[in-house]
Amino acid sequence: MARLLPKRDAVIIGLGWTGSILAQQLTEAGLNVVAIERGPWRDTATDFNIAYMQDELRYAIRKELFLKPSVEAMTMRNNISQAAMPMRDYGSFLPGDGVGGAGVHWNGKTWRFWSSDFSIRSHLVQRYGAAKLKGLQLQDWGVTWNEIEHSFDQFEYLCGISGKAGNLKGQVQPGGNPFESPRTREYPNPPIKTGYAPTLFADKVRELGYHPFPQPSANLSQAYVNPLGVRMGQCTYCGFCERFACGNYSKASAQTTILPVLMKKPNFELRTECEVLKVNLTPDGKMARSVTYIDAKGVEYEQPGDIVVICAYALMNVRLMLLSQIGTQYDPVTGKGAVGRNYCYQTGSGARMFFEGKHFNPFIGAGSMGQTMDDFNGDAFDHGSLDFLGGGGISCDPSNGRPISYRPTAPGSPRWGAGWKKATIEGYNSSMGFSAQGSSYPVRENFLDLDPTYTDRYGRPLLRITFDFPDNDIRMSHFMSDQLERIAKPFGAKVTTVSRVRKGWNAVPYQSTHNTGGAIMGSDPGTSAVNKYLQSWDVPNVFVVGASAFAHNAGMNPTGTVGALAYWAAEAITSKYIKSPGKLVPA
Amino acid sequence: MSEQRALSRRRLLASVAALPILAATADGRSISGHLPWSPFAGEPPKPVSPLGWYFFNPGEVAAIEAIVNRLIPADELSPGGKDCGCAVYIDRQLAGPFGQGARLYNKPPFSPGLPTQGYQGDLSPAGRYRLGLRALNDYTHTSYKRGFAQLTPAQQDTVLAGMDGGTVALTLKPGFSTKEFFEMVLQNTMEGFFADPLYGGNRNMASWKMIGFPGARYDYRDHIDKHNVRYPRPPVSIYSAEG
Repeated sequence: MARLLPKRDAVIIGLGWTGSILAQQLTEAGLNVVAIERGPWRDTATDFNIAYMQDELRYAIRKELFLKPSVEAMTMRNNISQAAMPMRDYGSFLPGDGVGGAGVHWNGKTWRFWSSDFSIRSHLVQRYGAAKLKGLQLQDWGVTWNEIEHSFDQFEYLCGISGKAGNLKGQVQPGGNPFESPRTREYPNPPIKTGYAPTLFADKVRELGYHPFPQPSANLSQAYVNPLGVRMGQCTYCGFCERFACGNYSKASAQTTILPVLMKKPNFELRTECEVLKVNLTPDGKMARSVTYIDAKGVEYEQPGDIVVICAYALMNVRLMLLSQIGTQYDPVTGKGAVGRNYCYQTGSGARMFFEGKHFNPFIGAGSMGQTMDDFNGDAFDHGSLDFLGGGGISCDPSNGRPISYRPTAPGSPRWGAGWKKATIEGYNSSMGFSAQGSSYPVRENFLDLDPTYTDRYGRPLLRITFDFPDNDIRMSHFMSDQLERIAKPFGAKVTTVSRVRKGWNAVPYQSTHNTGGAIMGSDPGTSAVNKYLQSWDVPNVFVVGASAFAHNAGMNPTGTVGALAYWAAEAITSKYIKSPGKLVPA
Repeated sequence: MSEQRALSRRRLLASVAALPILAATADGRSISGHLPWSPFAGEPPKPVSPLGWYFFNPGEVAAIEAIVNRLIPADELSPGGKDCGCAVYIDRQLAGPFGQGARLYNKPPFSPGLPTQGYQGDLSPAGRYRLGLRALNDYTHTSYKRGFAQLTPAQQDTVLAGMDGGTVALTLKPGFSTKEFFEMVLQNTMEGFFADPLYGGNRNMASWKMIGFPGARYDYRDHIDKHNVRYPRPPVSIYSAEG
């Protein structure tokens, strides 16, 4: 029997990026907030220590800061004809764990999805006709660019994003990304330096007539004090960014931007090492009453709250909704039901060029140190004569030269024994890569539900992922690979290799921790789990915040849009919901 | 100052919890009103001792040392895998949480999966090594009438290439193939060769010197603008400039 605790105004599940933003904004509005976090407390000086953070084995290979499958695993299969099996270790993607969540060990690439993403269906139907979208479950997100632009701005100023505007209030800016949607002001900081390989890449693609620009980066170009008064430092290009926490206070995370302010508030409490088991609903299922969680000692508690905000990782948000029976499970056969719908991923490919006599110093890098061209991203180019929709950003962004993992060698080189060392030395120092990060568009067959066989340490069903790369995305990605090949030619490398996506998503090699959808936002309760304010259509005092709300995934990293959605949902709660609790959008 | 506040708050909470008529108070790791901090709260890594063996028995030691020396042969570019400490590294890894598969999802049922679903066997990494090295010795005794460690380097290369290329099949377990065993040993050997020396391998930072990786350095602002110029400084490791 769970021990009943005193009621709070709001209960936040998970204290990563979104949970921290929600907690900051809700406490600022005077609410009494408790956040319940499964993982440990973590902070820079103690846990991300600059004296030993640069340990590839501990953090990148043994994955010390990541969620352990022994705590929560997931099962996967490529289609419903297969039996899903548990990912006994995480490989293809690596969910975060603990305070700060995946925002601790992200790279810091901070994009804004485009206006044409939020209104993707309307936009594409208008440009190409409805027949072009056949087979794709693309939907408008329910929120428009003009409504949400200021939320992107809030997140970027919180983080001190270092970049160059490409479109200020409709005016295209030299040096920025001409394809981005209009922004109201410049980035808070100038771009970071981009090193040798990205500079070479930018020069070459500019000669081809494309529009390279410095990646918007949460690795900071200079010291910065954010609007909350929190101080950050300059990035040192150490090459221990993604998979690592920053020991320099120079990568934006909850720790470096919000927690120093939030944690001191008397109307905020954090409980760590406490795992939420489910959200408890009233008997009619129409309101959330409380959450049940279990602490590190195995004691169960019930924490009542007027508002419950689910801020776990995208996949866990969906699982918690299903375990709590919030909304209806999506059925891929009928296409009915909203929770689990439109699960998407990312469709990547890469080029690598091997030179003679060049020194790239690959260990000099940062998570978001790069140059990107968006000429083939989203709908920046005409798809009229093409047999697919979508696209990808093409980037040269060397993040590290950590040698357990980073050992590119020319094709045909031995991996061990005689000769491998010579090939490794050459590839390590004298090769460079660039890649296409492709969109992932929803299809009926890709979805999330609860696994019928495998359970977690408390006996709850694991989440089951049914996913394969849709034919549309394979065609898109092969088009991107063709562009990579073409772009690589003028570099004059000795050898160039280009990868191509194939059917059969493999859960083992790392690809991307950009899992999106499953609890998507929209304007129709039949095809979306939450409304445009990320409020559950079915249980209106529950808000579900994160990339789970993405109705599709663009050819960009998700965190910028996740941060914007967090501010957007927080504003809806503080400016609308607490004044008049109830459904913010009539169903 | 804030710690004092925190302490008094904790005492207050404790006294409130003692009153039975009130609703229960959450136990344990509740943090409010301050940033939790205590001195020496960091967790620096512990360097392994190079002496003795914690996991491998003497026969396994001979086999794994022979394997790492063929995967990373001594030549003008670096010492061999054994002298770099790769076998010691693997031994310490297998004796610790990695060997136990502590972070893995270990719940049954264990069913054969598809290649896209990853390893689905019930053996921990340590169990896979134990079985794999025994099967390797059985194989060489059958084919060459001696243990792997007693083969000539050329014969050892032939066996390893066969395991890598699919022409040598050891007697393992369903769901654990010879190729998987080979890939695991190769991965762990390269980890030992390229990881920080504190884990027992990469002695004298031999691999970092070989490829030009500066190791645990944390600030390249002085070189970021020097395009196409080799970084001039030697490597440092977490505990030592000497490795």
